[in-house]
Amino acid sequence: MNHLLRRLAPISDAGWEWLDDEAGERLRGSLAARRLVDFSGPHGWRHSATDLGRVDAVASPAGDGVSVAQRRVLPLVELRSEFSVSLAELRDHDRGAADADLQELDVAAQRIAVAENLAVFHGWAQAGIAGIAEASPVAARPLGESAEEYPRSVARAVEALRAVGVDGPYGLALGPDEHTRVIETAEHGGYPLFDHLAKILAGPIVWAPGVRGAVVLSLRGGDFLFESGQDLAIGYSRHDADAVHLYLEESFSFRVATPEAAAPLSP
Amino acid sequence: MGFDQYHEPPAELSPQTRTFARLCASLTEEAEAIGWYEQRLAVETDAEAKAIMRDAQGEEFKHFAMDLEFLLRRSPRWRQICEGVLFQDGDIVEHGEAAEAGSADGGDDDGGDDDGETGAADGALEIGSLKEAER
Repeated sequence: MNHLLRRLAPISDAGWEWLDDEAGERLRGSLAARRLVDFSGPHGWRHSATDLGRVDAVASPAGDGVSVAQRRVLPLVELRSEFSVSLAELRDHDRGAADADLQELDVAAQRIAVAENLAVFHGWAQAGIAGIAEASPVAARPLGESAEEYPRSVARAVEALRAVGVDGPYGLALGPDEHTRVIETAEHGGYPLFDHLAKILAGPIVWAPGVRGAVVLSLRGGDFLFESGQDLAIGYSRHDADAVHLYLEESFSFRVATPEAAAPLSP
Repeated sequence: MGFDQYHEPPAELSPQTRTFARLCASLTEEAEAIGWYEQRLAVETDAEAKAIMRDAQGEEFKHFAMDLEFLLRRSPRWRQICEGVLFQDGDIVEHGEAAEAGSADGGDDDGGDDDGETGAADGALEIGSLKEAER
């Protein structure tokens, strides 16, 4: 048994399969960063740090004649989002109920997906993670007050990337409000805005909960590096007479190798 | 070009499972090549030709090791069992049985999923990269 302690939970095999399927389904829709950046791993729970290939000078303990350097690494962060499932709901599912309640899992999945997106797109200073938008040397321009202005802003961002030699295809991470506006809008002549933006980008438009405004980035690879230790998994915490207390957990690091391969657009 | 490394319709398989299957096929091919070179070396009498084959077999050893390491990184239970068997002195079968019983998913008698694949034996939801899904 590994550190997730799943076999200590009062959950049947069918119950675990149900929870894993439901969690995966909820998470896949919200994990925007994984649709746009390079993913490495999973390297396992014991994987603690990403090699950065750089060193810091350190004073020699032996005085003159010995130079000392210390390897620089980026430690992985562990994210955990807790939730509970009613034992009665688990028993109902085992009986064949198709409408068992997993509301707390919905909330937990959304929380951890938003945290991952935030770390990747906007950074996490305390964890040493620089986000794509913050790392970009391209000054953030406004996306536009109305959706009709979006194509011009996105086209300018794509041009800014091309101008510094960053090839496409390009992807667009859109905050939830901005994404809704895009979906709802048809331009003059009834042409859907979504299709217009996709043509400019030659790449995907991604609903990205946690993103403020939007980010245009190259998908050519090698620019944005997500390193997974343990990929998202459900673990067991404890149980009582009414509910089993579980958590979603993952470990990862993220680094930007080419800051100029992205252009942020402010809300 | 054949696609016979897949036993299920490729369109129904996730990108992670397709990659896993490709590397399993590659691992098999490297093992076959190692066996072929072993046979050729056994019958070859020309010293220069033998030296070339020995060098080529070394390449296959390396490829096999890289394939295996990749697969073990993506299959925690497989890795756990290998850790109990590889590079150990003593009885190989005993180590194998002990490693299987002590693995994250247990042995034959624990009612666990014993398929030895990349499934959720370790609890992972197998989400991985979603970039390919956007292409």
